[in-house]
Amino acid sequence: MVLVYAEHQDGRFKKAAFEATTFARKSAEALGSGVTAVVFGDVEEAGALGESGADKVLKVDVGSIAEADNAMACDILHQIAEKVNARLVVLNHSSFGKSVAGRLAVKSNSGLVSGVVEPVSSGNNGYIAKKSVFSGKAYATYEIESDMGIVTLMRNAIPVDRSGSAVEVENVDVDVPDSRLEIISSDVKKGEVPLPEAELVVSAGRGMKDPSNWDIIEELADALGAATACSRPVADADWRPHHEHVGQTGVAIRPNLYIAIGISGAIQHLAGVNNSKVIVVINKDPEAPFFKAADYGVCADLFDVVPRLTEAVKKFKS
Amino acid sequence: MNSLVCISKTPDTTAKISFTEDGKKFNSEGVSYIMNPYDEWYALVKAIEVKEKLGGEVHVVNVGPASNDIIIRKALAIGADKAFRVDKDPESSEDVSAQVAAFASDKGYDIIFTGKETIDHNGSEVGAMLAQHMSLPFVSYASDMEADEGSANVTRDVEGGTQTVKVSYPFVVSAAKGLAEQRIPNMRGIMMAKRKPLEVVQPVDASSHLAIQKFELPAEKTGVTMIDENNMDELVRLLHEEAKVI
Ligand SMILES: Cc1cc2nc3c(=O)[nH]c(=O)nc-3n(C[C@H](O)[C@H](O)[C@H](O)COP(=O)(O)OP(=O)(O)OC[C@H]3O[C@@H](n4cnc5c(N)ncnc54)[C@H](O)[C@@H]3O)c2cc1C
Ligand SMILES: Nc1ncnc2c1ncn2[C@@H]1O[C@H](COP(=O)(O)O)[C@@H](O)[C@H]1O
Repeated sequence: MVLVYAEHQDGRFKKAAFEATTFARKSAEALGSGVTAVVFGDVEEAGALGESGADKVLKVDVGSIAEADNAMACDILHQIAEKVNARLVVLNHSSFGKSVAGRLAVKSNSGLVSGVVEPVSSGNNGYIAKKSVFSGKAYATYEIESDMGIVTLMRNAIPVDRSGSAVEVENVDVDVPDSRLEIISSDVKKGEVPLPEAELVVSAGRGMKDPSNWDIIEELADALGAATACSRPVADADWRPHHEHVGQTGVAIRPNLYIAIGISGAIQHLAGVNNSKVIVVINKDPEAPFFKAADYGVCADLFDVVPRLTEAVKKFKS
Repeated sequence: MNSLVCISKTPDTTAKISFTEDGKKFNSEGVSYIMNPYDEWYALVKAIEVKEKLGGEVHVVNVGPASNDIIIRKALAIGADKAFRVDKDPESSEDVSAQVAAFASDKGYDIIFTGKETIDHNGSEVGAMLAQHMSLPFVSYASDMEADEGSANVTRDVEGGTQTVKVSYPFVVSAAKGLAEQRIPNMRGIMMAKRKPLEVVQPVDASSHLAIQKFELPAEKTGVTMIDENNMDELVRLLHEEAKVI
């Protein structure tokens, strides 16, 4: 059985949940097995995971502490993995998934490959899993040589498939251990797509000159329905919030479209973004290294070009 | 309040990434190495700040060969009191976490720091594995931490925001950007580091469940299409019709 953990936010599935389930289905086909999905707490229409290939959805009756306390989550997932005789456990490469995966690997004495980008297949001695390494500058393929394998799925690595139909949801009884953590507060922006999940990203760098110039970036992002990002010096100078910092020492992203505005394209910046499907670079310096990594380029002053691009996007949308 | 900081060695961020001909190993020829930025900039400095506030000592540990000593000395120069090197070129995160757990189990550290991830392996695995080995709470991706006697409030990065949790000692925490401000070692620190203890520890037996099949580089971009700055309609058309992303 392939066991997949489906993430939700306040009772609504994240896109990541359907990605992970689609991935689990594809892996299960290669391994000749079925897919069981598991959710923690109440989720609206939890059976919808069937659309992405889950045969069954198990619901565990626990509160939000289980998402914050990886020891608790690990303990619960371990019990379920044993119950359904899991051969492969699929988590997202998210703050939750990454924190639980390592624990579960130790607890179940299993091999873990984190940040996988392709469905798992079977090898001579176990499971074959391909992951991104060197901040997106290379890939590594491993064979997991244990009875059960664990993987965390990189975001936007595979397109979501929701062509199936909803399945039944079953409550599952587990022993819930005590938590050694207490949640003091949460500050999560509602309704906004978190940067790592965004399909379209508009990013700007030091070429913007001053934080007060960012309205042209936000207008373009709004017109496209894109998330905003920035280079490291911009975040370090507090021109933009730290969670927007992308690159080798920031967030690594792989959106469908990355528009880089006034960013030179230093190797540490490219490391976190060069797996984007399509890259557009707007820079006034024809020698800017970013053009070498770009699909489309505009060599001009960003203060002229960006408003024009926003107008063109608006015209296209209407 | 005694802390242990796990430090690792990674290729310099500008290093050219290539692999041996059989694709099984990283080609380290001509590559210079640095301390993993998350370990150096955030984990280590935060541990030093905790010591400055509450007293105690900061120890660092690395699992690696003798050639790593230069990076370990840098951690001492930045302000760690004592260093340990488990003498083994580690095979995997499983190996690293098993070695550090065996070393730390009887030392009574209050906080064990790791970096958020290593910038070469990008595993983000060691912290969670270590916490499980030692049956400790694990607070991941900390971008702020207020350590007091008895417990600490840790703010962790989650998708789209942050979450603050309260946790009692001992615990494992992984350091993300914002946890502390990078410190550059000064001359005095560098001199003092030479006299601080760096102890070599023998490894324990540990198994690994992963076998590398191959490393590979992504396909190169085919070249950039330049668009006239006065024709943004054309760019939008290409993004829609050719690239199919909008
Ligand atoms: C260990 C390490 C880790 C790092 N990690 C990261 C990381 O994770 N992410 C990251 O981004 N950086 C990182 N860096 C920093 C990186 O090396 C670069 O310094 C940084 O990316 C540069 O940011 P920038 O492109 O915004 O600024 P600059 O390099 O100053 O580039 C600004 C660009 O804007 C262009 N420009 C200026 N004015 C205009 C205009 N009017 N119209 C159009 N174009 C204009 C210029 O031609 C230039 O190309 C790291 C560095 C180190 C040493
Ligand atoms: N060889 C090592 N020795 C000591 N600590 C390590 C080693 N490798 C990784 N770590 C620690 O584990 C963290 C996460 O590494 P990783 O799981 O490889 O991404 C690093 O930031 C270090 O704090």
